[in-house]
Amino acid sequence: MSDREPLFSKKNLGLLSNPLNSSNPITVQVLGICSALAVTAQLKPAVVMSISVIAVLAFANVIISLLRNTIPNRIRIIVQLVVIAALVILVDQVLKAFVYDVSKQLSVFVGLIITNCILMGRLEAFALGNKPWPSFLDGLGNGAGYGAILVIVGFFRELLGSGSIFGFKLIPESWYIVNGGFYSNNGMMILPPMALITVGVIIWVQRSKNRKLIED
Amino acid sequence: MDRNGNVYTFIYASAMVIFVAAILSIAAINLKPFQQKNIEIEKKQNILASVNIVADAQSATQIYSERIVNSYVVNASGEKIDGDAFSVDLKKERSKPVDQRILPVFECQIDGSVKYILPLYGAGLWGPIWGYVSLESDMNTIYGATFDHQGETPGLGAEISTTVFQDQFKGKTIFGKDGSFQSVIVAKSNETAPAEHKVDAISGGTITSKGLQQMIFDDLTAYKAFFNQKK
Repeated sequence: MSDREPLFSKKNLGLLSNPLNSSNPITVQVLGICSALAVTAQLKPAVVMSISVIAVLAFANVIISLLRNTIPNRIRIIVQLVVIAALVILVDQVLKAFVYDVSKQLSVFVGLIITNCILMGRLEAFALGNKPWPSFLDGLGNGAGYGAILVIVGFFRELLGSGSIFGFKLIPESWYIVNGGFYSNNGMMILPPMALITVGVIIWVQRSKNRKLIED
Repeated sequence: MDRNGNVYTFIYASAMVIFVAAILSIAAINLKPFQQKNIEIEKKQNILASVNIVADAQSATQIYSERIVNSYVVNASGEKIDGDAFSVDLKKERSKPVDQRILPVFECQIDGSVKYILPLYGAGLWGPIWGYVSLESDMNTIYGATFDHQGETPGLGAEISTTVFQDQFKGKTIFGKDGSFQSVIVAKSNETAPAEHKVDAISGGTITSKGLQQMIFDDLTAYKAFFNQKK
């Protein structure tokens, strides 16, 4: 057992932290964009969606990693899909039972976690060839990398589009033009195109900080 | 055993499907009561919203039991019949001929007078739209209305679920001065209609607006005999 890797070795921690920066699924690999645009008009659905994806991705990674030596090669994609689909349906049912209003807001997008490219990508590229623990960390890391971008986008869209954070009003009512003030919410921020532009700005900021990411 | 052989693959796939199906069924059965309760609470919130009471999920059941003093179902000739108003499936009722439908009525006590709440169900552009409208005890003046939808276009047709649109219905009348049934007309600005029956349609949401108008007309028409009795 002496040659066994410690649980939080540098390599394992890298699995957790790299997706937050230099291999971020949204800003670097540009995966999972569709749901990032759709659920980020407000912060609350963005947070719930992030938690759901982190949970599904981490567990799917572990399950596939445990099964990796038994899965018949020819149907491995199908097995991956079944695992993801089953977990997503569970998450959907739990949301419907315990946070009904959020589940209504997320509507079809919870179901669409199944088609989120990040999940299949991680299962195929990582979990099939690695032990459960690193796979778990990889799932957490990539889910968190996805979630971090969702939360940042959701923060700016809700702040500028609705003048609130988590539904709490931050802009005083008296500032609004209708009440004789000078301020008006930017309706564009609520629409999906501004989410794409916000993601674009994040990519821009990230690449100007991290020169290695710039392609020739 | 050969992991790439047909037999192994086949057994693997079958076992996996049965196992996953079992897990999902167990989860669905166990979570069903919670989900049902959420749907019920939402319905109560909607009913209360039509009489301009805002209730959150925690308080909805309590406020509902305090305010909704009576609920019953009537038939197309306005007679009370057996049945539970709350559990009527409007979608199913809509597919029946008018004289066979059962029509739910909820009575709400507000400031000493009774408001009558009637459910609506119709079609928008992309899917079903539904709502509740409450009438004063003169069975003519609208006290409040609330609408919801499954998948109308955000920013356009979906605006029917905003209070700005719904507040327009307050104080409108559904019968003309001569006593004839007029319903509510959801009109564009260039359409002429008597102001007491008219609300502004949603720009860019014409089909949803017209669907809403049709829904109100169809569903309130079915209650005509009930209205005449109560007046």
